[in-house]
Amino acid sequence: MFGILRTLWLTFLHMGHRRVTVGYPEHKPPLPPRYRGRIILSRDPDGMERCVACNLCAVACPVDCISLQKAEQDGRWYPDYFRINFSRCIFCGMCEEACPTYAIQLIPDFEMSEYLRPNLVYEKEDLLISGTGKYPDYSFFRVAGVKIPGKDKGEAEREAPPVDIHTLLP
Amino acid sequence: MTAPMPVIIGVTLAVLLGLATFLTWFERRLLGLWQDRYGPNRVGPGGILQAVADGIKILFKQDWIPPFADRGVFVLAPAIGMMTVLLSFGVVPVTAFWSIAGNLNVGLLFVLAMMGMGVYGVVLAGWASNSKYALLGGMRAAAQMISYEVFMGLSVLGVVMQTGSFTMRDIVLAQSGLWFIVPQVLGCVVFTLAGVAETHRLPFDLPEGENELGAGFHTEYSGMKFGMFFLAEYAGVVLISALLVTLYLGGWQGPLLPPALWFGLKTGALVCLFILLRAALPRPRYDQLMALGWKILLPLSLLNIAATGAILLLHAPG
Amino acid sequence: MSDLPFILFSLVAACAALMVVTRAVPVHALLYLVVLLLSLAGVFQALGAPFAAMLEIIIYAGAVMVLFVFVVMMLNLGRTDRDRERHWMAPGIWIGPAILSCLLLAALCITLRAMPPTAAPDTLVSIGPQAVGIMLYGPYVLSVELASFLLLAGLVSAFHIGRNIRGTGAATGEA
Repeated sequence: MFGILRTLWLTFLHMGHRRVTVGYPEHKPPLPPRYRGRIILSRDPDGMERCVACNLCAVACPVDCISLQKAEQDGRWYPDYFRINFSRCIFCGMCEEACPTYAIQLIPDFEMSEYLRPNLVYEKEDLLISGTGKYPDYSFFRVAGVKIPGKDKGEAEREAPPVDIHTLLP
Repeated sequence: MTAPMPVIIGVTLAVLLGLATFLTWFERRLLGLWQDRYGPNRVGPGGILQAVADGIKILFKQDWIPPFADRGVFVLAPAIGMMTVLLSFGVVPVTAFWSIAGNLNVGLLFVLAMMGMGVYGVVLAGWASNSKYALLGGMRAAAQMISYEVFMGLSVLGVVMQTGSFTMRDIVLAQSGLWFIVPQVLGCVVFTLAGVAETHRLPFDLPEGENELGAGFHTEYSGMKFGMFFLAEYAGVVLISALLVTLYLGGWQGPLLPPALWFGLKTGALVCLFILLRAALPRPRYDQLMALGWKILLPLSLLNIAATGAILLLHAPG
Repeated sequence: MSDLPFILFSLVAACAALMVVTRAVPVHALLYLVVLLLSLAGVFQALGAPFAAMLEIIIYAGAVMVLFVFVVMMLNLGRTDRDRERHWMAPGIWIGPAILSCLLLAALCITLRAMPPTAAPDTLVSIGPQAVGIMLYGPYVLSVELASFLLLAGLVSAFHIGRNIRGTGAATGEA
């Protein structure tokens, strides 16, 4: 009995409390930087595409909304096309976790409503941004042992020069 | 001073229905306030036109009668629910000069009679829908409302004994010295609880019970027929508040302000209390509800009657 | 013309009574029964007994009939019951009792007409609740007490039926 009255009184006091909700279109809610929203493809600090078309994101995706095709140029792999169907995407972030090159990232933006469903299919031009996203200094090809123009084998960071198998010196 | 009867009836009807419509918005705003959020605040200043928008929407919705339903009774049920509430207002005296039948010598009994008839609206809706959820809701409503009508009737008897009359106006006039909430505090509490149960409002909305029965007795209703149940519920809240004011809070009496304003203020405060009950309290289980009624409220109201009778006899002249 | 409300209410009551008997769906019959009780309340009101009228609505139309509806709802009557009800409506079944009842009605009318007219008051006296109460606890106090005995007996038997027989299972709280 007393508990019920106390409940009533405490609820009544909530009249003076600050509201926890915000009026959305006027006041944008503060989103944390690791919020899982729209998916983007980032570039490395040199301005090249980070994505190496390894297909891990497409495999990890539980709803199979990612589709891409590999292409190759000067030893660098890159996606020929990269397509995300956002009408299927559930924003789980598995693709981001699977990505070995930090290319695919989820960013705090969720305002992507469309009147037509086909408009929610994003192509590579729509996904690719010009910046590095959440990892400003990381460049996959600078740490990987792959040979690309301007960087021969053994010239990557923390990489020893390759062993010359033709020499007999120890 | 007295206005002609058609004017009184028309104004009362208009105010009542307008108020019920307005309450659908007001309740949501108030719930929002008490639950640390906004309510509907988009349509019009502060969202006040939300009720109008809802009304337009509900009028243009498809008014679907399920093919398995009993057509006649299905259509009749919401009308009964609405009508009984509106009829009950006939005997509520707003001021000494403004009431439809505040002088009726069986006024209070008339209210109880109409409450009893109001059960049909819910029960028949549940039966006519011919679906399991609706039927369960209707059965719960029948048992709940009949039980609580008993306590409601018994709790007001204290007031009747003190006044010596069933006439609503006499009851108000008898409170010119002391409001009945002081000597009849037990009766007032029982009446409030019974009133909540009688209008099947939260926390006693077991006939609807969204999380177990879908929407209970109005599961199959759509369009304006659903709107009618909705409005009848809000009109019922206003009715119970007005009755509480009339029976226990001195009706239109109060210092300085005009009587009609006093009546409105008291009723409004009680409506807010009803909404606070909804904002704060969880719904009890059905057997808890019945146990509360028969094991606590019934003895309390009987005790109230006995005590009132004894005191009246002790103070009786001669 | 003060008889007009009385006549109207009686007409409604008679029509409703006819409908109660002829409906095939039990709930429809019950609804007409409610209408019948309401019009009876109207008759009481027209005869100057508002207290009795209100009690008629509260107790009969409001409480007893709701319990009837409640029970009918629980019975889950279907199409077969409706058809059986229709079958009972065949003229061969009801025509005999109906003719006999008409004869009885005619006999009643003749007898009533033969009786000497009592001096009815010209103006209708409305008996308020106060007068009813004084009468109940004055000359008729014995019948009130007897009725309360009956109710007590009913209460005890209801308690007996509803008691927890094996002591197992939680009390349901149903009365």
